[in-house]
Amino acid sequence: MVTTSLSEPAAEPNAEAIAAELGTVDAPVIATRRWRLAAFTRDRAALVASIFLLIVCAAAVLAPWISPYDPNVASGQLRFAPPLTPGHILGTDEQGRDMLSRLLWGGRISLLVGLVPVALASAAGLVLGLVAGYAGGIIDQLIMRTLDVLFAFPMVLLAIAIAGVLTPGISTEIIAIAVVLIPYVGRLARTATLGVVAMPFIEAARAAGASRTALLARYITPNVLPPLLVYATTLIGLMIVVGSGLSFLGLGVQPPTADWGSMVSEGREVLATAPFVTLLPGLVIVVVSLAFNFIGDGLRDALDPRSARR
Amino acid sequence: MLRSYLGKRLAAILPVLFGVSVIIFLLMHLAPGDVTTVLLGPQATEQDRVALRHTLGLDQPLPVQYGRWLERTAEGDFGTSIATSLPVTALILPRFVNTIILTVASLFLAVLIGYSAGLFAALRARSWFDRSMMTVTLIFGSTPPFWLGLLLVLLFALKLQWLPVSGMIDMAGDGGVLDTLHHLVLPAVTTALAPAAIIARMVRSSILESLGRPHVLVARAKGLRRRDLLRRHVVLNALPPIMTITGLQLGYLLGGALFSEVVFAWPGLGSLLYSSITARDMPVVQAATLLIALTFVLVNILVDLVNVLIDPRLQES
Repeated sequence: MVTTSLSEPAAEPNAEAIAAELGTVDAPVIATRRWRLAAFTRDRAALVASIFLLIVCAAAVLAPWISPYDPNVASGQLRFAPPLTPGHILGTDEQGRDMLSRLLWGGRISLLVGLVPVALASAAGLVLGLVAGYAGGIIDQLIMRTLDVLFAFPMVLLAIAIAGVLTPGISTEIIAIAVVLIPYVGRLARTATLGVVAMPFIEAARAAGASRTALLARYITPNVLPPLLVYATTLIGLMIVVGSGLSFLGLGVQPPTADWGSMVSEGREVLATAPFVTLLPGLVIVVVSLAFNFIGDGLRDALDPRSARR
Repeated sequence: MLRSYLGKRLAAILPVLFGVSVIIFLLMHLAPGDVTTVLLGPQATEQDRVALRHTLGLDQPLPVQYGRWLERTAEGDFGTSIATSLPVTALILPRFVNTIILTVASLFLAVLIGYSAGLFAALRARSWFDRSMMTVTLIFGSTPPFWLGLLLVLLFALKLQWLPVSGMIDMAGDGGVLDTLHHLVLPAVTTALAPAAIIARMVRSSILESLGRPHVLVARAKGLRRRDLLRRHVVLNALPPIMTITGLQLGYLLGGALFSEVVFAWPGLGSLLYSSITARDMPVVQAATLLIALTFVLVNILVDLVNVLIDPRLQES
C-alpha cells in the first residue's frame, strides 16, 4: 500500500495546528505494504494509551452494570463526602450523588461526543476532499470556497453558535461539532488526494483501463485514509475537550444527566468548599484527551515509515 | 507587488464574507421558537402575532428578508436587543474592546511563553528540561480552558488570595489601569496556556530543523559565535512556520477567550455571546458572531501579510 507522508509531529491538540502540519504533504512516498501493527505496539506511550482507553471505554459501556449507585439520585444523606470515603471511593457531590457513578455514566456521553462527530465529519470530509481533489476545476473550487466560509469562524465559537441556536441536547452537540470539523477534514483529504493522484501508479492504473470508480475506490481512497485516520484520532481527543466545553456552557446534555463537562460546571459553585467535585471530571478529560493524542502519534509513526520517533 | 497581493487577498474575502452572512442569517432562522412569542408573550392573540410578523418583515420570502437584513447590517444597524431593549451596536462595541484587551494580552503571553520555552527546549534538546517541557506542553494542550481557569481561581484567588476571582475592575477601587491589569492576569493566563504550549512545540521543532541545515553547519565550522549563529542563521530561518502557527492560534485564542470570559465574568464579547444564547437574544448572537468572524478573517489576512513580509517567496502560492 502507498501512504502519503505524514510530516511533522501532530501531537498538538489543536485542529488548526494539526491540519496545517498534516496537510503539508511534501512528497508522497511509497511505503509499507500493510499496517505496521508491530511498529505501533513498539511505541510504548501509544500502547499504554490504547490499553488505558480500552479500559475507559469498557467502563463507560458497562456503566449500567458496574456503576455502584444511580448517577442522578442522591445516595443517602452524605453531601460533599471527600474521595476515599467508605462506600464512595471518589466522594459525593453537592447533591450527595456518587462521583464515581456520575463519572462512569458521564463517560458514555463525553466519549460519544468525541467519537460520533469525528466519525461523521471524517466521512463527509473524506468524500468532499476526494471529489474536490480528484475532479479539480470548477467542482474543486466550489467545494473549497464553500469550506472557506466555515473557516472564517473560529472553530469553537461556531460550534457554540450552532449549539446555542438549536435546542440544547446531545444530538445538537454532536451536529454542532461535526459541522465545524468538516472543513478541516475536507481540506486534509483534498491535499492527500492531490498527492496520491499525482503519483505514477495512478497513471499506470488509468492506462491499464481502470474505471473512475475503481481508481477512486481501489487506489486513491486507501492511500488517503492513513493520514485521515491519524488526524481523526487526534481530533477525538480534542473534541472531547470541545464537547465538554459545550456541556460546561449548558449547551449539551441537560441536568440531571451528567457528562464530564457539565460535572465541572456543577462543581464550580462549590469550588471553595469541595474542589474535588470540579477537579476530578476535569482531570479525566485531560487524561483521556491526552491518551487519544498519544495514539494519534503512535499511528502516525506506524503508518509513516519516514517519521522515526524523536 | 505587495499591494497587489493585499488587493487580491481582500478581493478574495468578499465571497467568504457573503457566505458568512448567509450562514449567520440562516442559523438564526433555524432557531426553534417564534420570535413573536418572545416579544409579545404567550398570551398574545394570533392577530397580534400576524401583525407583528408583518411589521418585522417576517412574512416576506427568505431572500427578501436576507436582503433587508444585510442592508441594515452593512449600515452598522444590528437591530435591538430582545433581552435589554438596547441597540445591539451600543451593546457589543464596549464588549468588543474588552475582548480585544483580553485577546491581545493572551497572545502576548502565549508568544512570550511559547517562544522562550520552545527555544530553550530546542537548544537543550533531549535534556531533562526539554523532556519535561514537552510533557508539560502536551498536558496544557489537552486541558480544557474553563477547567484550567477554575484551577487557577482555586489556587490564586481562593487559597492564596493574590488575585481577584472575577470581573474587570474592583467596585470599590478606582477602576484604573492597574486595577484592570490585576483582574486581567488570571483570564489572560487561562486563555494563553494552550496556545503557548502549541507554539512552544512548533518553535522547538522548527529551530531543531533549522539547526540541522547545512548552512548552519558551515557557519559553525567557520567558527561563528553561538549567539551570532543562532541570531543570524537559525532563528530567522525558523520563523515562517512559527509565524503560521502563531497566526492559527488566534482562532483558538478567540475560542478560549470565551471560556475565560465566562469563568472570570470578564465583560467581553464572548461572555455577551454566551449570555445572549442563554437568553435567546438572537439579534445580539447574530451581531456578536458576525463581528467575531469578521475580526478573524481580517486578522488572518494580516498574519499572512506579515508572513509574506518575512518570506517573500510565499507570495507565489
